[in-house]
Amino acid sequence: MKFDLETVLFFSLAVLAVGSAIMMITRRSPISSALFLILNFFTVSGLYLLLKAQFIAIIQVLVYMGAIMVLFLFVIMLLNLHDEGKLKEKYTYRKLTAVLLSIFLFCLLGFTVYFGFEGKFKVMSEKALTMGTAESLGVELFSNYSFPFELASFLLLAAIVGAVVLAKKKFE
Amino acid sequence: MIDINYYLITSALLFSIGVAGVLIRRNAIIIFMCIELMLNAINLTFVAFSSYLGNINGQIFVFIVMTVAAAEAAVGLAIVIALFRNKEYVNIDEINILKW
Repeated sequence: MKFDLETVLFFSLAVLAVGSAIMMITRRSPISSALFLILNFFTVSGLYLLLKAQFIAIIQVLVYMGAIMVLFLFVIMLLNLHDEGKLKEKYTYRKLTAVLLSIFLFCLLGFTVYFGFEGKFKVMSEKALTMGTAESLGVELFSNYSFPFELASFLLLAAIVGAVVLAKKKFE
Repeated sequence: MIDINYYLITSALLFSIGVAGVLIRRNAIIIFMCIELMLNAINLTFVAFSSYLGNINGQIFVFIVMTVAAAEAAVGLAIVIALFRNKEYVNIDEINILKW
């Protein structure tokens, strides 16, 4: 493997993404978990840029980091949650089982990837260079996928109504 | 050019870390964040296949997944707020009124 710029960028972004994900699930304070998740989203957006999906990368920064994570941080600060520390020692078996199960899941996924796709997709398709722009995504989204697009807008409307109803003062 | 396997393995690692987080943590908000992490890992797989196969459908799927993630975050955080108003805590092992 050549050590060109793309390889170096990929490995640093991947290591940063995995590291921030691990930091996110191990921090006790919810605020630092949320900040590490934002870092993770940022690195994944860098990976999207490496995959020539510019528009998805921008949407990731705008929607995930700008909207969803601000919502999370807002709720954490609103509820004034304290650290999750006081019952720390009671759940070691549960934590051990959880870690073993997720390692098993990763082995399963890794075997599938290794035996399924080894050497099949070595280079990116030439179409990928022009595919990730807002123009081509918009053409596809408003022609072939207009019905799922409308359904997604309806889903968002339902989510807004549901959130308002659920968070009302008097809930019966 | 990087083989697609590296992207897929990164995505599998992120997904497994998200699963571990859901199983380990007890704070409902952090469990929501782990679900977002898993959705994000799936999005990475979609975009990787989309670029390597030259097929735009994967990026459209990422759009739909992001919509679902936004809707899920809004409704889930509303549920957490309603829960906190009634119970004063959001740890899921103390919320067991549905457990018979």
